[in-house]
Amino acid sequence: MKRCKLMVEVGRRQFLRGTAATAAGAAAVAVAGEAKAARAGAVIAYPGKKLANIKDLKVDVPLEVTYPDEDAPGVLLKMGRPVMGGVGPDGDIVGFSTICPHKGFPLHYVAADRTFNCPGHYSRFDAEKGGLQIWGQATMNLPQYQLRVDAKGDIYAEGIDELLYGRLSNVLG
Amino acid sequence: MAFKRNVDRLPIIPPDAKEHVAMCHFCIVGCGYKVYTWDANREGGTAPSENIFGVDLSKQQPAETPAWYAPSMYNIVKQNGRDVHIVIKPDPECVVNKGLGSIRGARLGEIAYSQITGSQTHRLTTPMVWRYGQMQPTSWDDALDLVARVTVAVIKQYGEDGLFVSAFDHGGAGGGYENTWGTGKLYFGAMKIRNIRIHNRPAYNSEVHASRDMGVGELNNAYEDAELADTIVAIGTNALETQTNYFLAHWVPNLRGDTVEKKKKLLPDEPHEPGRIVIVDPRRTVTVNACEVEAGKDRVLHLAINSGTDLALFNAWLTYIADKGWIDREFIEKYTVGFETPPGEAPMFPARPGGSLDQPRWPGFNEMLAANRMSVEEAAKICGVPAELIVEAAHWIAEPKQGKRRRTMFGYEKGIIWGNDNYRTIGALVNLALATGNIGREGGGCVRLGGHQEGYVRPSDAHVGRPAPYVDQLLISGKGGVHHIWGCDHYKTTLNAQEFKRVYKRRTDMVKDAMNSVPWGDREALVDAILTAIRMGGLFAVDVDIVPTKIGQHCHVWLPAATQGEMNLTSMNGERRMRITQRYMDPPGEAMPDCLIAARLANHMERVLRELGDHAYADRFKGFDWKTEEDAFMDGYHQHAPGGQYVTYERLVAMGTNGFQEPARGVDEKGRIIGTPRLYTDGRFSTPDGKARFMIAPWRGLQAPGKEEQKKNFRFLINNGRTNHVWQSAYYDENDAFIQDRWPYPFIEMNPNDMKELGLEEGDLVEVWNDAGATQAMVYPNPAMKRNETFMLFAYPKGVQGNVVNAGVNELVIPNYKQTWANIRKLAPRPQNVAHLSFKSQEYRSA
Repeated sequence: MKRCKLMVEVGRRQFLRGTAATAAGAAAVAVAGEAKAARAGAVIAYPGKKLANIKDLKVDVPLEVTYPDEDAPGVLLKMGRPVMGGVGPDGDIVGFSTICPHKGFPLHYVAADRTFNCPGHYSRFDAEKGGLQIWGQATMNLPQYQLRVDAKGDIYAEGIDELLYGRLSNVLG
Repeated sequence: MAFKRNVDRLPIIPPDAKEHVAMCHFCIVGCGYKVYTWDANREGGTAPSENIFGVDLSKQQPAETPAWYAPSMYNIVKQNGRDVHIVIKPDPECVVNKGLGSIRGARLGEIAYSQITGSQTHRLTTPMVWRYGQMQPTSWDDALDLVARVTVAVIKQYGEDGLFVSAFDHGGAGGGYENTWGTGKLYFGAMKIRNIRIHNRPAYNSEVHASRDMGVGELNNAYEDAELADTIVAIGTNALETQTNYFLAHWVPNLRGDTVEKKKKLLPDEPHEPGRIVIVDPRRTVTVNACEVEAGKDRVLHLAINSGTDLALFNAWLTYIADKGWIDREFIEKYTVGFETPPGEAPMFPARPGGSLDQPRWPGFNEMLAANRMSVEEAAKICGVPAELIVEAAHWIAEPKQGKRRRTMFGYEKGIIWGNDNYRTIGALVNLALATGNIGREGGGCVRLGGHQEGYVRPSDAHVGRPAPYVDQLLISGKGGVHHIWGCDHYKTTLNAQEFKRVYKRRTDMVKDAMNSVPWGDREALVDAILTAIRMGGLFAVDVDIVPTKIGQHCHVWLPAATQGEMNLTSMNGERRMRITQRYMDPPGEAMPDCLIAARLANHMERVLRELGDHAYADRFKGFDWKTEEDAFMDGYHQHAPGGQYVTYERLVAMGTNGFQEPARGVDEKGRIIGTPRLYTDGRFSTPDGKARFMIAPWRGLQAPGKEEQKKNFRFLINNGRTNHVWQSAYYDENDAFIQDRWPYPFIEMNPNDMKELGLEEGDLVEVWNDAGATQAMVYPNPAMKRNETFMLFAYPKGVQGNVVNAGVNELVIPNYKQTWANIRKLAPRPQNVAHLSFKSQEYRSA
């Protein structure tokens, strides 16, 4: 009897975890202690969206984009050397949300040290380190785009790795 | 790669979710939070009618919206045995934080215990005992029976001085009025334990004796005073990282000029400007940077003094201000002992020249000034800052503004509390605040900025005495037979930590070996074996905590405690604002509130004593029949705290996250508790005659034993303290993926030129070593650091800074963590788990 109850319990938990992997489900929450664990697998269906072509980008000049919709501002950046999460022939193209994940203020890019900075409460994120919060009050690192570059050099966004500020689903609707 | 949660979506809070009043668990500021819970099998929707916010969640919400929560604020937990979604989000209605959440408090959701999401599953869930050579689960009755029998046996043999106790005395999680009363009634009521210490220091003493002895309670102003001050003087505090939302919600608006209208309205008879700030800190912190961003560099003075020289600076300020005639003569005459030394003055004064605990004496202002007199030039030499900066700061502090007294708020914290010559240094600062009339008035205050929240109500501790026993040294010297530990981890948060750990392990291992030699089921033989080991120098250790701790590795019993939110808990913040956090989830497994653990231990001790026929002693353990934490609250705070008779759970819940400011003075017609925004507004201080005292406190160099010698023999100052990401000793954060990703090791900030000399690169692991011990840290280059000065993260499990802090303390056994010198050498190039990190400057850069 006890074992049966346990199985029900385990099954229900798996259900909760499992639903997180579908568009309709509850949250996916990374298991503590597995900082480097594979992606929680998570994910809602993202629109693929062409953001730019490689030739639109100049090193250290942010190109303003929006993703996954026009109410979600971000930038594409060409860093000039391979960086974490970088795509393209040089592995140096990255894309980030530019809304601070602490309180939603717009971030500005400082080319001198390749950081995003928040005027609201001074948070800083490293564009060369996957948006790692160098210092700040956000409880997450900066949401980064999953990018794909096709043979023509067109750059597509196909997902985001953190929840965007101001929305409880990255894809609204 | 930087750690990412890959959470794209969170469940929506439905309109009928339960709401609970809550505070942050952590720092003194006590930010208000709202907790929402609802059944795990449902959620709200995006339509305004389908969610708690009443807004259209299918649209992007703007900056500072109340209608959003981060994944770190969310979890699935048990509530009355059922799985519920939980969201713990900052409360925009709370006057303390105004909707702001820091990187620590805004993770309260993800650091909740959850068997479903796997968060904090290392929490203690069941009593554990040393059985067959490892920690094994047992029942509460079995564990408490053993603790009671060994404790009683030790007391019978050695008296109550044979029982050593380490116990929290603060508010917030791991404390609070219920739990300080529970433990206090046991150790100071039923028993009179002397060998007791507090979570972050090796004795049972105030961190701010000097202020209290002078009649100035250390939390004497309101957070609003930081909005009203002409000048804020911030000493030894990095408020942006350690009192984050107090700084952001109350200091910054003043520095920006946003409170000028409020100043004009509340204080109409004087000129007003945006606030200025003077920051005294050997290190340039992110607080300095933020102040420059907000106020402009011309309204921020950073005095980067030599470590431990604050006392000379304060005395120079006082001298300069007095010589200019900028003191508040009327205030001194009316509210202090006055200008002349009164005859027959005799309260305590343990740190005066040639003085002792038996020869106290308090001076009038004139005698105090003569004794403390320090020229600006002399102070400039001692402090290592230009004389003109000291003078400019003195003008900002006390130069009259168009004939009106300047309003200056003095805020200080661990930089001087854990710094050189604690008693005199804090006394000298209070001298200055009193002389300039800045206590009990709007825009003033001389306050500690605080660590934990507060929540102290206990029977008298007078029997402990002054100076209190130096408990950690007594343990090292072989004293004590049984050690009860409540929410403390000496291994991370004491001085002379390496030696402490070495001896503690040896002593507790003796008891473990003894316990291995008898069957668990033979209780009499087990207790005998333990007592035999104790007689040979062993120590029996009991650890009450929410998580397995470092010191717990060497304990024989672990008792699982509930924390804030798993129990109803009351505390007050840095402006004495008292609130309740309601129980919003179940404790893990069989964990219980500390107050009830104390009560059950008392019950078992009473039973064991009666079995032994000692009914007189057993009778002292009566009065612990509490069933709930509310019982402990009514027995403790309600009956014993000043104004406690007006305070009940029901009233606190009704007053929500704003609560009231202690002490309570009554209840209005609507049942709201009437509080006290500022202390001493009537000029009556906390002394028998109501007059504040001055202190003779001349500069005398590095006061604690061994410091001057260490400074001569080792190259680097190992300044130390907190960082934004981490709360306290990282007892949650060492199991939080986001934090461990950022700080896999404690950092040590170094000047890049010093790094170059030692052949160090960013991220390298280094050994920090001196005559007290050795530890490790990860190098973080910081060009703003002075040469030969470093700053290391304090109390971090993977490299305990306390290992290199020597045993030297002040007259009242206050530790001196800050003045530590050591050498540095490379251990290893940066490990794999450091390779992805950023070592860029932490200072915000404008566009």
